[in-house]
Formats: sequence, structure tokens, C-alpha cells
Amino acid sequence: MSRYTALAPADREAMLAEIGVSSVEELFAAIPAELRLERPLDLPQGMPEQDVFAHLRELAERNVSCDDELSFLGGGMYDHYVPALVDMLMSRSEFLTPYTPYQPEISQGGLQVMFEYQTAICELTALPVSNASVYEGPTALASAGYLARLAGGEGRFVVSAGVHPHSLETLRAYARGFGAEVAVVPLRDGVTDLGAWREAVDGATAAVFFQNPNFLGAVEDAQALAAVEGPVVVAAYDPIALGILKPPGECGVDVCVGEGQPLGNRLDFGGPSFGFFAAREEYLRQMPGRIAGETVDVDGRRGFVLTLQTREQHIRREKATSNICTAQALNALAGVVYLSWLGRRGLVELAELLLQRTHYARETLCAIDGVEPLHTQPVIREFAVRLPAPVAEVVERCATRGVNPGLALREENALLVAITEQRSRADIDRLAEVLREAVAA
Amino acid sequence: MSALSDTRTGARDGRPPGGTGARPLAETAQQRERARTIFEKGAPGRRAFEPPALDVPRVDPDRLLPQRFRRSEPARLPEVSEPEIVRHYVNLSKRNFDLDSGFYPLGSCTMKHNPRLHERVAGLAGHARLHPFQHPGRAQGALELMWRLERALSEISGLPHVSLQPSAGSHGELAGVLLSRAYHEDRGETRTKVLTPDTAHGTNPATVAMAGLEVVKVGTSPDGGVDLDDLRAKADESVACLMLTNPNTLGVFDSNIREIADIVHGVGATLYYDGANLNAIMGITRPGDMGFDIVHFNLHKSFTQPHGGGGPGSGPIAVSDRIEPYLMTPRIVRLEDGSFDLREDGYPKSIGRLRGFQGNYGCFVRAYAYICSLGAEGLRDASETAVLNANYLMARLRAVARYLPPAYERTCMHEFVLSGAPMKRELGIKTLDLAKRLLDHGFHPPTVYFPLLVEEALLIEPTETETRETLDAFADAIRAILAEAEEDSEIARAAPYTTPVRRLDEAGAAKRPVVRQALPAADGS
Ligand SMILES: Cc1ncc(COP(=O)(O)O)c(C=O)c1O
Repeated sequence: MSRYTALAPADREAMLAEIGVSSVEELFAAIPAELRLERPLDLPQGMPEQDVFAHLRELAERNVSCDDELSFLGGGMYDHYVPALVDMLMSRSEFLTPYTPYQPEISQGGLQVMFEYQTAICELTALPVSNASVYEGPTALASAGYLARLAGGEGRFVVSAGVHPHSLETLRAYARGFGAEVAVVPLRDGVTDLGAWREAVDGATAAVFFQNPNFLGAVEDAQALAAVEGPVVVAAYDPIALGILKPPGECGVDVCVGEGQPLGNRLDFGGPSFGFFAAREEYLRQMPGRIAGETVDVDGRRGFVLTLQTREQHIRREKATSNICTAQALNALAGVVYLSWLGRRGLVELAELLLQRTHYARETLCAIDGVEPLHTQPVIREFAVRLPAPVAEVVERCATRGVNPGLALREENALLVAITEQRSRADIDRLAEVLREAVAA
Repeated sequence: MSALSDTRTGARDGRPPGGTGARPLAETAQQRERARTIFEKGAPGRRAFEPPALDVPRVDPDRLLPQRFRRSEPARLPEVSEPEIVRHYVNLSKRNFDLDSGFYPLGSCTMKHNPRLHERVAGLAGHARLHPFQHPGRAQGALELMWRLERALSEISGLPHVSLQPSAGSHGELAGVLLSRAYHEDRGETRTKVLTPDTAHGTNPATVAMAGLEVVKVGTSPDGGVDLDDLRAKADESVACLMLTNPNTLGVFDSNIREIADIVHGVGATLYYDGANLNAIMGITRPGDMGFDIVHFNLHKSFTQPHGGGGPGSGPIAVSDRIEPYLMTPRIVRLEDGSFDLREDGYPKSIGRLRGFQGNYGCFVRAYAYICSLGAEGLRDASETAVLNANYLMARLRAVARYLPPAYERTCMHEFVLSGAPMKRELGIKTLDLAKRLLDHGFHPPTVYFPLLVEEALLIEPTETETRETLDAFADAIRAILAEAEEDSEIARAAPYTTPVRRLDEAGAAKRPVVRQALPAADGS
């Protein structure tokens, strides 16, 4: 008997008697003998709680986390400070342990959180509709591809090379399934080559995809990229950068998606986080995932329900707008709590601070002999520099001094360096010092 | 006198529902207060966040980011203090029912207890604060954990290769159908159809469509298994795959699985196992041994992740040797020196990547901790107890079979289906009404109206972590509701009465969708 089951031998006896069988074995009679596993699973013996804890702690100690080094890693997930109230609210049983709010009368808490979350995402993106979350950033982008396929027909996808490589790969894998061709438009001095972009988009283009700021940290000219006639315009945005960037809804973007991790979610080695998904009104009925809507109960009291469910797999089956069922509700809760914590002015102040520190960091690193900017575009929270020494070796040398200088971009022999509010000027100066010695070594 | 009146206990909330057209007690100011959103609270100038001081030389922001790229007005986020945020969300949380407080027999969802140990270990900085782009050499603990979890899932499923990447069950399904397609295409075959039983979960057909294939439904035999004749008639060279759950969504183990596998493999198709129901068979039988080529796990179900109000989840897949070349990248490899690496290159036939980074690692930590706690014996015990609990509850509900007969008169696995058709006919209350009245008794209702095959279906999955007393209390509540309905069926039809809100106008919500809070313009007008 394991510690998570609660039947004593006497319970089992009584229950078997009630069922009318003499052993648990009889309950499995439908499983043919030749399919039975006639041995125990080849797994280690079960362990008491304290031993499991010790084992998992030992594994944790063999990872170098952002607590263990001065890290400038980014590339889609960022080491922002997560306020204590997020942890506290996420660990409340009432948010942590229910499932999808299929019974709205006893799920008003979760449903209202979804409604508030959707409102926050609509405000960030200046788009009128948002769903209640999808898995994470890259799948959000790929799901927008499926929306474009349902809404816009069979044409091809034109994708900026500035889209996160994981998003591009995910979109490719999804598109191979539903049958859309993917054409990639290269970058020029760090941003999407506008000439090539306009040339690539034609009457047979179902959708275009770009990212802002793009994977190299550069701010794209969203309005110019969105000014294409015909296709669904999909853009992936960094939600923190949206504190100061012109919102996609004002730039002509039809569907805005993104990785939600920067909003109050842990790094967790890549997940779980959440993907956000907002769109123009006309795409409301093609959105993937859950959507909470406001309504009233029989007594006229305000309440919330899952709405427009005729889009979803449990009703529409093969005609559904997506196959998603379990999404990322708890992570989206962290997102809206975090945004409330930052507040109207705080998000702007945070983004402005990153803008200043990132500029300082870029200048400081580029003052190192042989280190050059990979591009000269405006950046908000992340930038790329080319190194005069092999990047993999430089990263290793820095690591021995407790500094993780950023993500190695091997093809360009460059480093992608991310700044958060947790990286002070002193930290940036230390990075510069360690990097200077590492490239000179 | 009613046949059930001896068991009648009435509503437990301490106040009689009051019969036809019952109104709850008058709404208090406090209740109204809670229905305001965070956007309707606070006041200009309030704040919780204090930014760090600007410690670098300030440069004119217009020089750093040209005006034309800037937003003109801040996003209209709430302006609230920390105490307001805490109070708002804590009060909201109290308007949720949750597994920690009560029985949640939501069929097909495996709402088993979530050990708090898992939250503690997942929260350790070495796991929680590990950046996904950390160099593999400095993430050895994480990679080893993932590798060990892969090996455990391989052993549990009886299939040699595992990818942890998919984000949830339906994402695992998409991986599986894409893999199946890639497998056939690599052999120069274009197969366009996927067979799914009419008992299948909605994610199965939705996935097939997303993968660009066509759904063909297969019927169910009178004993609840796949209709073999129908399968034979539909299985041909145009079929890429059959997607199956076993036990299926009726709670029935399909004893013909070997024959099904032979039919499917006989036409060169693959067999896909929807692992949502794995909780019935861990350590007892294995999908790989049944003949399945691809399996997805719902770590949030069988391996107990907190469901988070609708996620996160995690949906790893396990595959056979012939599917392995197409598996997603990156893959975790164990090197000769015993260290671990993430590898992207060297898999020319891979379908690529289906999401960012390595998957929902936080869920891997919890699932791995669970497997460490239970071990082989504990996993088997979990499944045996889940099946025992389900059969016991089904037996306890035999007393109401007149109104709620089991859809299939046979031993069930970890869940079972009742049909509310006689109840609807004889008492005039639908499955939905029964579910709503259960809310007043303090229970989360079972899954309702699924599987679609059964009229007025109730899919009940008690899980292994519930006590006999809880199962008894649930059975008693159902009996009480039916007895009450014999006297006055309007009570159930207008239920619930004790919940924060009562029945909501869902049709109205869909007709005039309000999906966000309307906010005043930034200037306050
Ligand atoms: C039988 C079955 N298959 C597939 C799924 C989909 O799993 P998920 O919600 O993890 O995507 C579910 C669950 O909700 C299910 O019950």
C-alpha cells in the first residue's frame, strides 16, 4: 500500500464483498493472460518522502541555476523577479488543484481570473479578443498558423528569420501536418529585410509571421511588416517590451501571440509557462483554446463561463479550431497577478529601465576590444554582439568565473545577452570585465 | 412511499432548497464586492511594484527607441496595492471548488491527490531557476532526471523510446499522428485516414484534422469494445493509424486488443494509444505488449500533477523501434562517460520540434518524484486501488440502477459510465440537473455527456486516493438526490442553491460574447 492510497486491509475486504468478488485480481479478468506483465515493473523500490526529497535535491544541486551564477541568458525566457505574492497565490489549493472550470457555479474564481487575464492581454496588445492561454510561445505561433489556415485558405506562410528558431521549427512541423508551405525571409542588419519581405508576400500567401523584438533583440518596424494586403498578419511579442512598444493592434497585426514566461513565471528549465493569443474581433470564432465570457446567473448576478465552446474539440471534434484541452491556466494566473503587481505605470517603468540598462550593457560590451554589435537596431532588453574569439570557448571561460555571458549563437560567433531588472549596473560591469578577459585569453 | 425514501437525507447545506423557483438568500454587499474584477478596483496612483533605481547614465529614451515604435498610452493595467491584490485573489480563490477540499470524480481526468512534496521539490532553485538555455554540461541534474523519467515511462509503457516534449495529452496526440504520417511517407506511402472509435475523446479527431488527415469513425460493439467487423471493413491501405484508449472512455478494457492490433498492422497502419486512462493498468499490462506503436502519457493525470484550474499538463510519448527515427528533437542522450546531453543533429528523419525548449520540465520533476515515491509496487497498487474504488462505487450505485443504470453491465476498470436516460424519462431530471444538485452536496460532479455514445452519460472516476467513506458519502448523495426528485423534481432542475452563483446563462454568453472588461479611456473619461 502506498502512502497516497487510504484503504486498510479491512476496507478492501468489505469493498470486495460489496462488489461480489473475492479478490482484486478478479477485477482484471478482462485483461487476457498473455497481455499480463508477469513480473514487477523494472523500477527502483519506492522511497519514503524524505528520501525522495533528498534525491531530488541532489539532482537539483547538479544544475547551475540563476541563483548559482550571474546569468545573462535570455532568448525567450528571462530571469525576472517573481514577487512573493505570485508564489503564494499559485500555491493556494483553490487555484492549484481544480481542473478546467466545466462547472461554472463552483469555478467562479478560476473563470474570473481567466476573464481578467484576457482583459490584461487585450490591453497589452491593443487587440479586442484573447483566449485564456495556450501551451507556450512557439505553439502559440504555430496555432496562429492553423487559425490562418482555417480562416485564410491554403496559401503559403511567409516567416521572418527573426522569429525565434524554436517557433519557426514548431511552425514548420505543424504546417507540414496541415499542409502549408513555409518560406523564410532573411534579416538585414538584424531586422527583417523589408524588400525581400514585400517580394515574398503575394496573392498566394495565407499568413505572414514576424517577431518583435526579434530573436536578436532588434525592434522590428511592425507597421511596415504588417502593411501587406491579404494575408493574416501574425506577430509574436515579448510581453515586457509591450510596456513601451507600440501595441500590435495599432500596427495592423491581426493575431498577436507570445511566450508568457516573463510575466511572473519561473524559468523551470523551459516550462510550464503559458502562451498568449490575442486577435482582431473577426477571428474570435477561429481562436484556439478556452475563452471565458461574462454573463449572469438565474438571479441576475454577474458571473463567468467558458464560452464559444462550439470552437472546441469536445464539441466540434474534427471541425474544432484546435485540439487543445488542458492548457496553462495556473501559469496564466501568475501572468495576470504579475501584471496587476506591476500595474499601469510599473510595466512602463520596468520596460524603460530595461531599455536604459540594455543600452548601457551594449555600449559597455562593445567597448571591449574586438567585440562588435551584431546589428545596430534599437533594442529593449536583449542584444547580440559578435566576438573576436570562438563563442563556445568564451562561454566556458566565463562560466569558470561564475558568469553566464548569454546564449551562444554559433553561426554568427555571437552572444545574445539579456538584461532584466535583476541585473544591475554592477552586474553588467562584472560581465564586461569577465568577458574582456575571456575574449583576450 | 418511494423506493428510495429510506435513504433520503435531503440537502446538506442546512437550509431546505425550498421547492419550485427557489431563490437563495438575498445577496449581500460582500457577494457583490467579490464579483468585481481587479480592473474595477484600485485607484490612479496606487502601486505594488517599486522599480530598482536607474543605476546607469540616463540616455534620452527617444534616442534609444524612436517615437514611431513607442506606445502613446500605457496599457490600462490595474492600479492596485499589494494588499488589494492579495485580498482580491484570495477572495476569488474561495469561489473555486478544488481537489484538496473535496471529492472530484471527473471521469477521464484522474483527479488524484497531489502530494505536496512535489511542489516542494519542483520549487528548489536548482530546478525552478534553471534557465532552459543553460549549457547541458551545467544542467546535468535536469538531464539525468529527464533521462530517468524517460526510462521509467518506457518501462511502464513497454515501448523503448520516449520524448518528453509534448505539453499535454492532445499535444502528444499531435506528435503521434505526425509521427505516424512521417513513418508512412518515409516508406513512400500516402495514407490519408485515421480511425477513431465513436467513444474517442474530442482531442483525437481534432488532432487528426490538425495533422491534415481525415477522421473515420469506428463503431462500438454491444459489450463496449471496438466493433471488429466495422474495423475490418474500414481498415485498408489508406489508413495511417488507429487511435485507441484501453481501457476506453467507457471504462471497459477491450479484450480483443491483440486482434485489433493484428487487423491494424495487417494493413500496414500504426496503432496509437491515448494514455489518458493509464491509471487503470500501471504495472498490470503495457500498451507496448498489447501491440501499440505510439503512446502518450498524461503526466497530469496518471502521474498526479496539480491540474491548475486547466493546466499545466505534460504529455510525453513513447514509441516503438520503427517509429523512433521520426521522433522529435532535441533528444536526451547518455554519453559513454555517463554524462547527459541534448542532441539536435543526426536525426535526418525527425519531424523536428513541436514546442520551445525541452517540455514542461516542472511537470517532469513532479512525475519523477511520484515514481520514486511509489516504485513498481506502488504504481501497481495505485492502479489496483483505482479499479477497486471504481468497482466499489459502481456496486454502491447499483441501488439506483433503476434510474442510473451502468452503460455496460460488466466489471469496470478505473472508471465507469452510468446512463441518466431512465432518470430523465421517469423523474424528469437530466444528467445536468443531477450534476448541479451534487454541487449542493459538496461534490464535484462526474464528467457529464461524455462519452457521446451513451445517452445522458455520467463518467465517474473516483481514483485510488479516495477513502471508502468518501465513496459511500457520494453514493448516498446520489441516492438522496434521486429520492428527493421522486418527491419534487423541480429541486434538482433549479439547482444549485448554495454555490457562489447559480446556473449561468451560457447561451447568452455565447450569443453576445463579452470576453474582456470594458475599461474607461486612459484620460479617465
Ligand atoms: C481520453 C482523453 N484523451 C485525451 C485527452 C486530452 O488530454 P489533455 O487535456 O492533456 O490534452 C483527455 C483529457 O482531457 C482525455 O480524457
